[in-house]
Order: sequence, then structure tokens, then C-alpha cells
Amino acid sequence: MNQLGINHLLYLLVAAEWTVVLSLIAFAGGSVLGLAIALMRVSKSGAVRALASGYIQLIQGTPLLIVLFLSYFGLGIVGLKLVPLVAAGISLTLYAGAFLGEIWRGCIEAVPKTQWEASDCLGLNRAQQYAYVILPQAVKIAIPPTVGFMVQIVKNTSLASVIGFVELARAGQIVNNSTFEPFVIFSCVAAIYFALCYPLSVASRTLERRANAGR
Amino acid sequence: MSYKFDFAFMADRWPDFVAGAWLTIQLTVLSIALGFALGTVCALARVYGGPVVRRLVGAYVEAIRNTPLLIQIFIVYFGLSSLGLKLSADVSAVIALTVNMGAYSTEIMRAGIQSIQRTQLEAADCLGLTRLQTILHVVLLPAMERVYPALSSQFVLLMLASSITSQISVEELTATANLVQSDTYRSFEVYVVVAVVYLALSALYRFAFWLIGLGLFERKRRLGTPL
Repeated sequence: MNQLGINHLLYLLVAAEWTVVLSLIAFAGGSVLGLAIALMRVSKSGAVRALASGYIQLIQGTPLLIVLFLSYFGLGIVGLKLVPLVAAGISLTLYAGAFLGEIWRGCIEAVPKTQWEASDCLGLNRAQQYAYVILPQAVKIAIPPTVGFMVQIVKNTSLASVIGFVELARAGQIVNNSTFEPFVIFSCVAAIYFALCYPLSVASRTLERRANAGR
Repeated sequence: MSYKFDFAFMADRWPDFVAGAWLTIQLTVLSIALGFALGTVCALARVYGGPVVRRLVGAYVEAIRNTPLLIQIFIVYFGLSSLGLKLSADVSAVIALTVNMGAYSTEIMRAGIQSIQRTQLEAADCLGLTRLQTILHVVLLPAMERVYPALSSQFVLLMLASSITSQISVEELTATANLVQSDTYRSFEVYVVVAVVYLALSALYRFAFWLIGLGLFERKRRLGTPL
């Protein structure tokens, strides 16, 4: 049995880098997907709206862990190698896309209707309305809840440990297997997650307070 | 793509899935009830308690909401047993899920309680209600009615998150899937089946919470309008 030492802590910190990398991948992928989903949810066509809301219901009604297993084993079916990082990236993107899509739909709908009417009167087409009038205002409303949701993403990257991707949670298990001091190790792991998430939580709250300062 | 989907394993393994889903329901109903009770008490303490109590509850909420459930489960199951407190996997799962649920319901209920105006409390005082009656009828029930949509979606999220307890060998739905897939090598199909079961469970929970809400909030039932 190994003694728990400074090297183990360093190992956890290095693994935490992968947690950050995976979070960034999930956030980047989820943003692209989420924007598409949000725009689909406010589309004029009923079929497009139904498609997007079906997708959201599907993802929000199944555990992320199952989505993770499905993309991990699904990769094998389409003949690709089972790379944990890819499977984890895909499933976290699908997950973040659904939630961000729903958050951002709310933000787009929160832009007053008069803004649509005014830009209509100015003869802007729908793409121009989104680009110059609606989205810039929606983004302002969207920042606090989006930062808050990033906390969920960081925490949920811990599930990637289940398919063997070595990030912070998996590193904690590995260190535990060699030193067998689970209470200390998982407390350290929790502390590192806290250090990553708490600033985001505080930022989200501060931004929200500032955004509502006028009211 | 030459892959052939094969769901034949369902013919003799379906009782396993039913048993797994049943354990998921038992675990989550228990944790939701206990966690909500814990959260309500903490929310009351957070709003009406002294400064020390408020700080303590705040620290609890922040600690839980900023760390992953997986790690919380590991700390309860592996961590506490290494400190000499040996708990079975099922008990550890209920404890971890309850503590987690408690933190989220504290935040949600706090918002509800803070939305109850002071005048309501003064009116209750004038009517001669006891402290307990005021808290129950004037504060908690209307507060719960206001935040009920947020509460019930958090309850459904907890049910989905309970899949993580499969990692400490709780034999619930996800663990059943892991077992069946390692017996049959039909990984993708097994997880498709389980995903469908979880979707059905989410729908069932949503329906159940809607019914409970209908039974609980008399005013809303009669008027049909949100508070």
C-alpha cells in the first residue's frame, strides 16, 4: 500500500485539467447545438418546433449516464474505435445542447415583441432581425443563466469516468485504489470540483443581480 | 452498416429490468421525501434562523451544489466506511441522494418562502394563529405552491441522477443494464431499452407530481390560476 503524498495530489490536479478540457468541449459543442435548438424552438414552422422540443424531452428524460453508454457503444456500431474522450464529448454536447437550447429559447422569447415589430417595419428580413436586433439583446439576458449552467457541465464531466476517461473523478478512484484512503482522497477531489464550480456560481449570481439592477 | 439489432435478450431478462426499475422507484421516492423534508427545514432556517444557522445552511447548500453527485456518493459509501461507519450500498445511496436533494430543495423553497409577504405573517398574527399554524398554512403551503413547477422538475432530475448509484453496486435500473449487457454483449440494445424505461419513468413521475399538486393546492384546484 502506498502512502498518500504530494505526488498523488499533483496527479489529481493534472487530471483536473482534463475535466476543464472536457467541460470546454462540451460547452463549445453544446453552444452550437443549443443555439440551433433554441432557434428551432421559436421557428415559424410547427414541425421544426416539434422536432426541437422532442429532442429536448428525449435528452431531459433520460439520465446522462445512459446517453454516455449509448454514445460509447453506439460508436462501435458505426464502426469507429471506442475512444472515451470522443464518446464523452458527444454525449455531453447532446446534453448541454438540450439544456442550453431550452435556456436560450427563454431568453429569445424574453426580448419584447415590439422589437420584432419595429425591425419588421424597418424592412429587415428574419436573418437580419436575429443578427442585428433580437440576438444581441437576448445574449445580455442569457449570460447569467448560461454561466450557472456551466457549473452543471463541469459537475457532469465526472460521469465520463464511468467509461474509463481519466479526468478528476477517475483519477480519484485510481489514487484510491493504490492508497486506500477514500475519505481523504474523495474530499480532495470534491474540493477541486468546488474550486472549479464555486467561482462560476458566484459569477452567475453577481451577473444576475447586476442585470436586474434597473428593476 | 452491417450491424443487426437484436432485442431477443428481452424475452428472458425482462424481469431483471422490472426489478431494477422497482428499486429505482423505491430509492428515489424515499430520497425525494426525505430530501424535501430536509430542504424545507433548512429553507426555514435559512430565512428565519439566526446568523450562525443561516451561514451553516448556506455552506451546506454551496458545498453540495458545487460538487458532483458521483463524488458525494463515493464519500458516503467508501469514505464513511473507511472511517469505520459501514453502510450498505442501498443505505449509502439513499443518504447521498437525500443530502443532494436537500440542498437543491433548500434553494427552491427559500425562494418560495421569501416570496411570502410580511403582511401575510402579520395577518396570521392578528387572526391568532399559533407559530406552527402560521408556518404550515401561511408560509409553507403557499410557498410550495409558487415553486411547485421548479420543485417537481428537480424531483424528476433526481430520479434520473439516481442512475449514478449503479457505480457503488446498487442494483437499480442502470446497474441491471450493465449486468445484462455484460451477459449478452448487446450493449447498445440494452441501453436503448433502459433509456425508454427512464423516459417512461420521467413521464410517470411528472404525472404523479401533477396529481399530488392537484391534491395539495386547494385554491389552485378551485380557481385554476397560478398564485
